[in-house]
Amino acid sequence: MNCIVIDDENMARVIIRTLCDQIESLNLVEEFSDAIQAIKFLNENKVDLIFLDIHMPNFSGLDFIKTLKNPPKIIFTTSDPQFAIEAFEYDFIVDYLLKPIELPRFQKAISKVKKTQIQSAIPAKETNKDSVENDFYINIDRRLIKIDLPTIYLIEAKGDYINIKTEDKNYVVHSTLKKIEEKLPESLFLKVHRSYIINLKKIIDIEDNSVLIKKDVVPVSRSKRPELMKRLDLL
Amino acid sequence: METPNLNYINQLARGDEEVKKTLINVIKTEFPGEEKEYVNSIKEKDFKKIEDNVHRLKHKFSILGLENNYKMANDFEHNLRECSFKGQQDFEKALIIISKYLQTI
Repeated sequence: MNCIVIDDENMARVIIRTLCDQIESLNLVEEFSDAIQAIKFLNENKVDLIFLDIHMPNFSGLDFIKTLKNPPKIIFTTSDPQFAIEAFEYDFIVDYLLKPIELPRFQKAISKVKKTQIQSAIPAKETNKDSVENDFYINIDRRLIKIDLPTIYLIEAKGDYINIKTEDKNYVVHSTLKKIEEKLPESLFLKVHRSYIINLKKIIDIEDNSVLIKKDVVPVSRSKRPELMKRLDLL
Repeated sequence: METPNLNYINQLARGDEEVKKTLINVIKTEFPGEEKEYVNSIKEKDFKKIEDNVHRLKHKFSILGLENNYKMANDFEHNLRECSFKGQQDFEKALIIISKYLQTI
């Protein structure tokens, strides 16, 4: 993981360097005593992580992060706990280390960075799938019909066929739920039963082991219910 | 009265004498200059400069294990933001203690 440190105090930079040396996965590529120099560097170089002091003369760490277009992960290193709340308003701020920074706490912060890197990699894949496949074509009587995915509210298995129900029309297609499931964005659709896939945005209500979508009451398997509940924005 | 120590530096160095030497050298080299800058800013009565100097020096308090003095320096720094010198004497006492201690290591 390539990282840089921005801190006006030499002592603080030396400490960060010492801590980085003790973690094999970290490669401290540059050190900056002021944030403006760092902006120039970041325009030309890609880094994964910044150790950033908040209290710096001329240009504070909080001013600095507002200039970043594609910010890498940031760990604040500071003597002032008072900025913690403001710092965590940004989702790329991973941690907030109070000086003097001790190795176990530093290691914990690096573990957090690694976790967020893994988590952000998964939604990126999903987002990609969502954006690329916003529609698909079905073959009915040798005619290719385009269906916008968000208009689908329910897909029902019927023997060798599936019934795709959209806001305007229903389409019966020779296919399987498994095949169509592969084409659907995971963020929008969920297979709630071996015979049903639903659009999560179209749910009207949920009662015991069934979901009401439009006028259709769809059964929810016991095994799928926890996943369904997890995916809902519950108050 | 708190006494400075090298516990944090030892913990950071993890037995590596070179690392320990480097860290101690940085403190010994920087502290006198920072103390001087602080004194000058006091003479100028420039609150912003004093505050910046106190902020820089207080980090060294914590590195040298002066936890209570660190809190005191923190309060002094906040008072300076409100243009008050409350805490100045205690802060300067701590500077003297550190100066003496650095001559022994």
